[in-house]
Formats: sequence, C-alpha cells, structure tokens
Amino acid sequence: MIGPLLDLPRRAFRIPSGRTGLVILGLFAASALVGPMVLPPPSAMPDVVAGATPPSRAHPFGTDHLNRDMLSRVVSGGRISLTVALLAMLVSVTVGSAVGLVAGYAGGWIDAILMRVVDAALAIPRLFVILLLLVVWERIPLVALILVLGTTGWFATSRLVRGEVLRLRAEGFISAARALGARPARIIARHLLPNAAGPLLVAATLGVGEVILLEAGLSFLGLGIQAPTPSWGGMVLDARPVMVTAPWTALVPGAAIVLTVLAVNLVGEALQTALDPRGR
Amino acid sequence: MSREPLLRVRRLTIRFPATRNGPEAIPVSGVDLEIHRGETLALVGESGSGKSLTGLSLLGLVPHPGQVDAVSQLFLDEQDINTLKPEQLRAIRGRRIGMVFQDPATSLTPVLTVGSQLREAITAHRAMKKTDARARAESLLSEVGMPDPTAGYEAYPHELSGGLRQRAMIAIALAGEPDLLIADEPTSALDVTVQAQILETIDRLRAERGMAVLLITHDLGIVAGRADRVAVMYAGQIVELRRTADLFRQPSHPYTRALLHAIPRLDRAAELVTIPGIVPSPADWRMGCRFQPRCAEALPRCATETPPVVPLGNGEWSRCWLAQEKSR
Repeated sequence: MIGPLLDLPRRAFRIPSGRTGLVILGLFAASALVGPMVLPPPSAMPDVVAGATPPSRAHPFGTDHLNRDMLSRVVSGGRISLTVALLAMLVSVTVGSAVGLVAGYAGGWIDAILMRVVDAALAIPRLFVILLLLVVWERIPLVALILVLGTTGWFATSRLVRGEVLRLRAEGFISAARALGARPARIIARHLLPNAAGPLLVAATLGVGEVILLEAGLSFLGLGIQAPTPSWGGMVLDARPVMVTAPWTALVPGAAIVLTVLAVNLVGEALQTALDPRGR
Repeated sequence: MSREPLLRVRRLTIRFPATRNGPEAIPVSGVDLEIHRGETLALVGESGSGKSLTGLSLLGLVPHPGQVDAVSQLFLDEQDINTLKPEQLRAIRGRRIGMVFQDPATSLTPVLTVGSQLREAITAHRAMKKTDARARAESLLSEVGMPDPTAGYEAYPHELSGGLRQRAMIAIALAGEPDLLIADEPTSALDVTVQAQILETIDRLRAERGMAVLLITHDLGIVAGRADRVAVMYAGQIVELRRTADLFRQPSHPYTRALLHAIPRLDRAAELVTIPGIVPSPADWRMGCRFQPRCAEALPRCATETPPVVPLGNGEWSRCWLAQEKSR
C-alpha cells in the first residue's frame, strides 16, 4: 500500500532523473518569479532598424527581430506558458477526477453513460476540437485558453481515476467506512480520492508537459497567446522570417520548450517510480 | 440482562439472484437469533457457512447483488433494520451497531492517520469541536489498550503492528458508542499471542459498556470462556444454538461434535482431525439435512427429510433428527 502521500515528492527527488527534472523546473520557476524584477521589460524598445542582434554582454540570448531582449522575453514567456499549463492541468484534473470518482463509485448506468461519453470524446482528436473552439475568438482571452485546454484534456484522467476507484472499492477500509455510517460524499473525499492521489499526481504532471507543447503549438499557429504578450510558441512564430540569419531567435524559445517538457516528464516518471511499491 | 433482546433476527434469508453464470443462490436461509444487552453471542462456522453475510446484513451492507429477503425481520429494539431507508440505515451504522473487520491491515485507510480516521468516526454521528474530538479519540485509544495514545493518534496505519491496528479499529468501532459490536473474525489475521489480548479487550469493553457482542469466528477454541451462547452455523442455517458451557459439555449436533473434535489438542498426540468434504455451495443444497453428506451418524431419513428444530431446554436447540430421537 502507498504510504503517506507527502512522502512522494521526497522519494521522487531521491531518483536521479527526478532530481534533474525538479532542478530544471525549479530554475524556470525561480527565473519566472525573479526575472521581471531584474530584466528589462520584454516588450520595451521595439527597434525595427537594429533588428535581431546576436548574443552579447548586454543581451546574453541576443535580441529578436524587433531588437527586444530574448532573455527577458523567454523568461516572461515562460511565466505565461507555465501558468497556462498549470491552470489548464488543474482544470482537467479536477473535472477528470470528479467524473472518474462519480462513475467508479456510483457504478451501474451512471458509470456506463459517463464512460461512453468519455469513449466518444477520446475518439475525437483533441487538436481538432481546440481549433474549432479557438476560431470563435479573434483574440482569445487567457482564461478562455486555459478553459479550452483544460476541458479537452480530462478524458484519460477520468478513466484512470475510475479504474483506481474500482480497485479501491473492494478494499476493506471502504467497507469499514460504510459500516461506520459515512456518507458517500465523505467516502469519496476522504477515502477514495487520497488513495487515488498517487497515480493522479503522475498523470497530472505528465499532463502539464502535454499542455505546454499544445499551447506552444497553438501559439505558433497564431491561435494561442496573442502578441505582444510573449509566449514560447509565439516567439518561435516571430522568429520564422529571420530564423536563417538569426538562429538564436528560434533556438532560445525552442530550447525552453524542450527543456521544460523534458523536465516535467522526468519528474512524472520519477513520481511513477516512487509510487511503485516494488521499486522501494 | 434485560428481558427484551436488543436484537431479534427472524427468518433471515439472503438471496443472490440468478445470473448467466449460475442459478439463484441463498447463502443464508432462515436464520433466527437473539442477542441481549451485555451478552456475547458467538456465531461459529466454516468459510462459506454464511456467518459473515449474517453480520453484514445487520448493517444493511450485504454486497451487491445479494438481497435480504423481505420475509426477514431484523429487529433492533423496536426498529426493523430490513425496512429502513438508506438514510436511516446510516444513522444505525457505527452509532447503534459497530463493526470490527477481520483484517486490520486493509480496514484502515492507508493515507490518513489513525487519529483523523478516529475523529471522523467520532464526528460522524455527533458534531464536536476538533480539539474535543481529539481528546475523545485519545481517551478511546487508551481505553482499547493502546500503550501510547498520543503516538497512536498521530501514527499512520502502516506504522502500527497488527495488534495495535486492530485496537485502533476497535476504537473506531466504539466511537459511536454502539449498543451492539459485531466482531467478524477480529483475530484471524493476528498472532496467537495477540489474539487473546484483543479478545480480552473486547470482552472488557463489553462488560464496561454493557454492550452486546456478536463474535463471528471459525474457531470454536476462542469461543470457550468468552461467549455466553454459541450459534453453530452450517450451510446458511444455524444447526445448533446453545449456552457455551452446555455446547462444550454435551454437543448435540453431529456437526458441532465434529468441529469440537477438530480442535487440535496438546494432550492428544494424534493427527489433526478433519471433517471429510467441504461445505456445499448454496447451489448444491438438497432436500433433507444439509450436513447429511458429511455426517458420520446420519440416519436414512436425513437424506430426504428436513430435520426439525429440537428444543433442548433453556432456549437451546438443535436442528437434527438424532436429537429428535433422543428427546423421545
């Protein structure tokens, strides 16, 4: 059986790949928090004439085609991309857990209906749905983007949680709680959810990586976060015309995306290993 | 002991409807029981005899798709448990009837501390401030013999030994101050040395609180000296209901005799005695006596005629043709 959940991140940190991932994510988080205080504003001083300049002492990552500081833009783009990814993940984990808990606990026709809906939803490509939803907005508000990403990503989570609930329902402590006269809501919140939290945490972490990639892709297509708000995908889009002459304009945000998703996946995998009782 | 029984079970019948995989099964058929306040009644039987289902039915927790038949009456004082709505049932669970399960390792939620689970049980049936609930929880833990109640309160289940976990379970079952405690194989998952301590704890709490105990077990050995009366269950029926002393001194039903004979003894250096065959599954129950195929003393009529309930005085009885012959 899994021990106290609080122990999980610590065990994940003991696994080398998990440590690497957490350190990278920590650096990104720290730079996103501290960056705006020490760096020039990301949208300042547009200078089309000067154009993109290579990395220098003044601009360690160079400047983009509008002569804006790449470091400052990649940091503040990270702020937005990570925030969007985290919030979208929270939305999808919340909805997915709720559906999975209800389906697994109620069983019967409620379960059948919910899971057929999920089956159907999983059969439709996520990108297709998102593109359809996004064309509604000319300039999509951040909240709407988060909701669109979140509400299209919970299907697999609900399946996972439902499976956990079905497994846990047979456990003695659920009968014991019922024998105490606990209400279904209480059993779900206090006994099922905490015990399913481990696999859920893994899925959520891996989900963050997926959302970062998705958001970057959408922003690259011009459908996600809108200029002048910096985002990693948008920066790659901006870099397209000057990519050959000023490769750093694409490489810096590209590397940020790759590193973050890699770090997130490393952490997710470490959590999974830490969760596996045979691995201890 | 007051005259009116706390619990009066009449014709308890539990059905599992027919499915594609098999016909209808009736793992408990026509069980009659009475439990008085302050009394320990032992329900003894092999695996598959229906004793656990009988216990669960008292809480309305017969597992799906099993159903308690409408002819069954389960009177807890004046209230028939079998007619209650789910909300009313919940009010009884934990509050009037507490339950201790067999395996303390799986009956506690692994991710919550013992204290928070105990507090949950305390506040489930009465509103209380968190600090008051904690004080109550620690006093319960000390009452069930937890050596260090504060440490026990803060521990996660996996940090406790099996015996301490079972003590925690008992504390949880007692949190609602039930009138009846159902202990379903409370010591089967524990070491022999711990078994006796747990059983003594349950017995002490029964005496202190004047509650009734339904002790469900497969082990006649733990019944002696602890239960006031014993109901021996076989294949969904009670075959013999006796005062404990009478049962051990003069067992009436051949099945009881076989069970007693099967208890290993140190003063009799012999091979372990077993009862040939296994408890027939509900689908294989036939006419006549259900124990007849395994009975060493069976009469010809046992195969075809349902044995009568033969009173043995003092409310004791045996469901056997042999007892009928003897009483003539």
